[in-house]
Parts: sequence; structure tokens; C-alpha cells
Amino acid sequence: MNQLLAALEWLLDPARYSGPGGIPMRLAEHLGYTALGVVLAAVIAIPLGLLVGHTGRGRGLAVAASGAARALPTLGLVTLFALLVGIGLLAPTLAFVILAIPSLLAGAYSACEAVDPRTVDAARAQGMTEMQVLTRVELPLGMPLLITGIRAATLQVISTAMLAAYVGNGGLGRFIFLGLKTQDYPQMLAGSLLVIALALVLDGMLLLVQALTRPRGAVPAG
Amino acid sequence: MNRRTARPIARRGALAALGAGGLASLAAACSSSDPLAEETSDAAGGGGGASDAGGGAAGSLVVGSQAYYSNEIIAELFAQVLEAAGLTITREYQIGQREVYLPELESGAVDLLPEYTGNLLQYYQADAPSASPEEIAEALAGVLPDGLTALPFAAATDQDSYTTTADFASANSLAAIPDLAGVQEDLKIAANSEFEARPYGPAGVKETYGVDVALVPVEDSGGPLTVKALTDGTVQLADIYTADPAIQKNGLVTLEDPESLILPQNVVPIASAKVDDAAAAEIAKVTGALTTEELIALNTRSIDEQAKSADIAREWLAEKGIVA
Repeated sequence: MNQLLAALEWLLDPARYSGPGGIPMRLAEHLGYTALGVVLAAVIAIPLGLLVGHTGRGRGLAVAASGAARALPTLGLVTLFALLVGIGLLAPTLAFVILAIPSLLAGAYSACEAVDPRTVDAARAQGMTEMQVLTRVELPLGMPLLITGIRAATLQVISTAMLAAYVGNGGLGRFIFLGLKTQDYPQMLAGSLLVIALALVLDGMLLLVQALTRPRGAVPAG
Repeated sequence: MNRRTARPIARRGALAALGAGGLASLAAACSSSDPLAEETSDAAGGGGGASDAGGGAAGSLVVGSQAYYSNEIIAELFAQVLEAAGLTITREYQIGQREVYLPELESGAVDLLPEYTGNLLQYYQADAPSASPEEIAEALAGVLPDGLTALPFAAATDQDSYTTTADFASANSLAAIPDLAGVQEDLKIAANSEFEARPYGPAGVKETYGVDVALVPVEDSGGPLTVKALTDGTVQLADIYTADPAIQKNGLVTLEDPESLILPQNVVPIASAKVDDAAAAEIAKVTGALTTEELIALNTRSIDEQAKSADIAREWLAEKGIVA
């Protein structure tokens, strides 16, 4: 409890809220790294997942590949990439993309698969092209599952984005590493609390998005 | 009939379990004990094994090391020479930074650990002025807490440094740290995050040499990521240890430190009261033969051949004729 109170005291110090190393700046950097990682991963994984889900082909490969990617330790990836491309933002971003892809892929193909096949049949029977079926039937109906995938990916990346500080970037990892290295545990704990708070806020926002994009008037399958 | 009664009961059971779990975690969260203090002593006690703090035989010691491969090699040298003399050695390597392992030394959980004179002196006395290696060692003996002894130090040094590439040094005519004040561009140094708080960090060089340098934290203690950042040109300076083979391999230039802001860092064995004169004599065999060149050679073996510290130590001791 004392550690927690010390951490809260650390957070309430007004001097920490200004300057390039202050909390707002670090929060912004942290959000930036998360957004970068998730968006890039989404650009790769969501079209791929939709393709897999819509055509029904390659599902086994997709599942196996995401399973393997999930097993990779992110700090190891950050170090490995940094040895190849140097310190800076590229190495951790690559690691975050690999971290986010499995959840996004799974979200995308399960979104397509969750749609009642009879609805898809009906859409085809009406003369819709495959692309129209995907964008006008499968995607809107499967949106909650897609958003769930995005939420999972965002949560994973935002809690791992502290690793960007390992190779010279900013973000909340700065507080965590500095606190850890100098045994300034209030600082370390405060950094962790900020990550948790950020994760909860973002998760809440995406939950709202999920509720808003829920297909209205859709009849549940079965 | 059964379904109607069974469901409320199952739900009540689930709610009760949830409530108990919630109460338990609330109780744990409200506890004022320091979970980290407990963890440290548990880890030391559990890993101590043969040697007990207070009850163990004089023939057994716990040898520790920092979370630094070179320090582990030196610790292993001590461990093996003591084992050859008949003691039982328990190894507690890769403990962590100074703030973590010094309490363990002071409490007797660890008996012997290789340290570096200057940094250890500045840890206990932040305003300690710089001086010759002998004077630093003497000052260190004066500030160590009761129960800890600094055994005779070795000629080998392994200190933090302001190191730059040969190109940058010649382009800006750099030979010493104060020369950096004349450089036009913004200076960045790659080092561990705790460099910020060190006496020879950005604040220290600003005050002593008037040099502005910003820290880019790379958490691998002057390792390959830090060296790569320097050779890539992402940073102009890096804190690379002087016993690091990478300096010679990459043709890097270590800047002179005329005001000795970075204290001399000679390898010095720090011993608890359990280390008797016989053990100290054995340890002195190692420190007597350890020069900076020897240390660099040991480090090179670890990095180039990926050899284990136990093997490196055994072969070096045999080569020097210290252990048959």
C-alpha cells in the first residue's frame, strides 16, 4: 500500500506535467507508438483476414501463423530488429506489428465466418459481386467481432509499447526503465499505473465504437 | 423443478467464490509490507543454499556478480581459485545494479563480489573528489559500511567513458571531453537510463566542462545496440566500458577526462567478514595478475567465442599458473 501511495504521490507532483520528459509528452508518445503499430498491422492483417474468412481458404495457415507469431517474445524481437536496423522507432514498430497481427487476423476472419451462410447465399442470389457481398453483407454484420480483434490487438500493443524506450525512444517505458534501473519504485509503479490507465481508457473507447457499429436490425443466426 | 433450484444455488456459489477472491485480493493490496524487500531476501536465502547467513561453515562462501558479463567472469575467477583452495562456493551471478546487490552484501547474503573502485566510492559518497587509483581505493576503505572490506585492487580498469567514432573525433578535433563544448551540432550520448542520475552524466559534464549532451537511453549497458547506435551515427557519443573489445574492433576513440570526472575504476574484490585471510590470499593471486589487457582478452573470448564464464576462467587460471 505504501508503494502505491508513493506512486500516486509521484503522479500528483505538478512538476512532472511539463517539459519534454513530462507525463503528457510521454503519454502522447506512447499513444503514438501504439497507433503506429496497430494501424500498420491492421493494414496488413485485416484485408488478409477478410480474404481468408470470405473465401474460406487458407484458414489453417492463418491460424498456425498467428499462433507462431503470438509465441515470439516482443523484447527479443525489439533487440533483434535493433541489431539489424539500429536504435530508433523502426525496430520496436516492427515488433509491435508482429505482436498485433494475430489478433487482427483472427478478428477479421472470424468476422466473416460469423455471418449466417444463408445470408451470404441470399446476397449472392440477389446478384451481388463477391466484393459487394464482403463489404455490404459480411463486414457490417461481422463488425463487432472485427472490433473485438482490434481491441485485443490495441490492448496488447499498448501494454508492450513501453519496450520502445529500450532502444532510445520515449513513451511511458521511460519512467518504468528509469525507475527500475535506479530502484525508484514509485516512479516505476507510476509508469505502470499510467500504462494501465491508458489501456483501460482506450479499451473503453473501442468498446463504445463496437457498440455503435453493431448492426441494427440484424437477426441473430440460428 | 431441479433446474429452477439448481441455477440460483450455482449462481450463489459462483458469486461467493468471486466475493472471496475479491476480498482476498483487496486484503493483499491493502497490506503495507514491501513485497520487493521480501522478494530480495527470499531469493538470496533460497539461492544461498549451502551458505547460511550466520550458521554456515567458514569453508563456504557466496560469490556474487553484477548483471554484467565481464563482472561475472571476474567473479568466476575468484570462485574457481577459492574452490581450488578447498572452499565450497555458491554462485549468485547477474544480481543487478548497485542499488540491488549492495544491501545483499551488507546483510551477508553475499560474501564476495568484484566491484569497481570509483563507482562504488561515489555510491557511498556522492561528492567524492577524483584522485589516483590508490587514493580512491583508500577513500573507499574509509566509506565502506562495517563488515565489508575492500581487498587489494587489480591493475585492470573498466570504466564508463565518453567514446566516439574515429571520424567524428578527427572531424571535430576531439581528444578530450571538454573539446565537445566546441562542437556545433546537438550532442547525443547513448547509455543506460540511469546515466542521467550518475555524477558523470549530462548534468556532471555540463557543470564541469560546459558540455551540453542529451541522453538517448539504450538499455544494454554499452552492448551491441549502443555500439551500433554510435557506429550508425544515430548518436555522436556512447558510454562504452573501457574494457569492451568493441572499442578496438570498431576503431572507436575514448575521450580523455582531464578533470577525472569519471573516477578510476579498478577492479576491487569487496568481501564480507566471512572471507578470512587465507581466502583473501587466494583472491590476491587473481587480482595480482589481472591487468586491463588481460581483462579485455577475457572479455573478447566471451564475446567472440560466446564461451561460458566458467570455461574462460578455468583456462585463464591454468594459463597463468594460478590453478593447476
